[in-house]
Amino acid sequence: MASKLLLWIDERFPLSKLFKEHLSEYYAPKNFNIWYIFGVLSLVILVNQLLTGLWLTMSYQPSAEEAFASVEYIMRDVHLGWLIRYLHSTGASAFFIVIYLHMFRGILYGSYQKPRELVWLFGMAIYLCLMAEGFMGYLLPWGQMSYWGAQVIISLFGAIPWIGEALQEWIRGDYLISGITLNRFFALHVIALPIALLGLVVLHIIALHEVGSNNPDGIEIKDNKDNKGIPLDGIPFHPYYTVKDLVGVVIFLIVFCAVIFFFPEMGGYFLEHANFEQADNLKTPEHIAPVWYFSPFYAMLRAVPDKLGGIIIMGSALGFLFVLPWLDRSIVRSIRYKGVFSKIAITVFAISFIALAYLGTQAVTESNTLYSRAFTILYFAFFLFMPFYTRYEKTNLPPKRVT
Amino acid sequence: MEKDGVNQERRRFLIATTSIAGAVGLAGAAIPFIKSWTPSEKAKAAGASVKVNIQTLEAGQQIIVEWRGRPIFLLRRTPEMLSNLKKNIYNILDPESKKSVQPNNCKNTFRSINDDLLVITGICTHLGCSPKYLPEIKPMPFDSKWQGGYHCPCHGSMFDLAGRVYKGVPAPTNLDVPPYYFENNDVIVIGQANEGLS
Repeated sequence: MASKLLLWIDERFPLSKLFKEHLSEYYAPKNFNIWYIFGVLSLVILVNQLLTGLWLTMSYQPSAEEAFASVEYIMRDVHLGWLIRYLHSTGASAFFIVIYLHMFRGILYGSYQKPRELVWLFGMAIYLCLMAEGFMGYLLPWGQMSYWGAQVIISLFGAIPWIGEALQEWIRGDYLISGITLNRFFALHVIALPIALLGLVVLHIIALHEVGSNNPDGIEIKDNKDNKGIPLDGIPFHPYYTVKDLVGVVIFLIVFCAVIFFFPEMGGYFLEHANFEQADNLKTPEHIAPVWYFSPFYAMLRAVPDKLGGIIIMGSALGFLFVLPWLDRSIVRSIRYKGVFSKIAITVFAISFIALAYLGTQAVTESNTLYSRAFTILYFAFFLFMPFYTRYEKTNLPPKRVT
Repeated sequence: MEKDGVNQERRRFLIATTSIAGAVGLAGAAIPFIKSWTPSEKAKAAGASVKVNIQTLEAGQQIIVEWRGRPIFLLRRTPEMLSNLKKNIYNILDPESKKSVQPNNCKNTFRSINDDLLVITGICTHLGCSPKYLPEIKPMPFDSKWQGGYHCPCHGSMFDLAGRVYKGVPAPTNLDVPPYYFENNDVIVIGQANEGLS
């Protein structure tokens, strides 16, 4: 009966074909390590965000008068509303944690190198889309940090020569951030960006499955195939990796739930304290800091004593990530076989990023500004010198088969 | 250019003109969507001038009023503050307010109509946070030689008590001075430069 139904469907829709191509006959390298769990985890969180977000819209009021109170209503009066909201707010931070680790994995093992440039570019587009989602979502509770954070980020556009002022006004739809801005950010946050995000995720996965997954050794498993054309070092994604990933998902969910139930605000990093006060357009909070996932870029912005210059630095910090596939001139992909300069560079880059993330959440002091400048320079050095150290350093010979 | 009864040249021409016409149509269709994001008539209508009674404003005291949704700082400066403003001009980026926004009658050292009363938009010209009023002359974590003024908590821009920006901070210009006039000795109107004008 079931097989007959499947046959009926397959004659009308390529169900079995899709299942084979993307799961049961998609051969992934057998040497994946823990770094390879974060792609799956980001999908899990995406589903969580869509589901909890949908439920939040059912009780939330996107107007300047009611937004703050409606969030409190969700937290106090809606049955298990606090859980839905914490799932969503913690999910946002968790999303960025796994995305940053996922991206770092790509950098470690050269997953952006030829022929995976488009996989990387689609991934970067997803990252930008997520940043926009995070930014617009943060305005919705209409707290002090929502308001002033948005004020700062929208003001960034004001630094663009000539059109800046008009562009700012166009984004806000008012002379200041108001209910009008809140309303349109809500629309973008719940409709436009999620649709774009889902589309990009599909493109990311199609591009990946076209070229096949990279692996910690950075060698092509398609170079060694058996007589049936199946990679010798590949195993079908389903059932091998689906089952393996389930273990990772369970461990992740344990940690995720622990945060939701015991530290949903994460000491002010996931939900900032100033945001428990309603937006006041006359008073900036004593200490304003972006949520942690924007703070590295924020630290760079603050490090530059020039308005336009700071924004250019901030933009190029992201821009350099986009062109990473063309900066890396190494003949090997994985850090395992790259030379000592690449190893030092990646370590310094990771430390700079974390240090900037920390500095971006701290108050402005003379020493913090100096540290921010130093780490900003190191961050950019990683990219600017990459074409040279990757090209001229001595690399090790990767093995013929995965280890 | 005929091949199998197909006129290639005409086909290419038709495809090109159709594409161009389609693109123009799409651009036109985008107009209502873009236009609808500009400030609505309701948003434009809000923002009339505000009257403030400053009779009780004491020397050294600052009050904040709202005009067009923005914080406006009103500060009655003490004679010491004013004499300090005259002295500290070396690390000021734009001491004569050449590149800054203010009504012409405030384009002076103290950036005000009456020397003592400062009226200024409390929005940092960097990225729009509201600077803090820190009048005491004492070392601060962000500046060990602090002379009193405004400090932006977001990105550390510093302004003196005339809203003039310091060198070496992210803000590019002095704090804006809104248009205002004195209705009488005690009442000031913010948002209009002159009686009768709007």
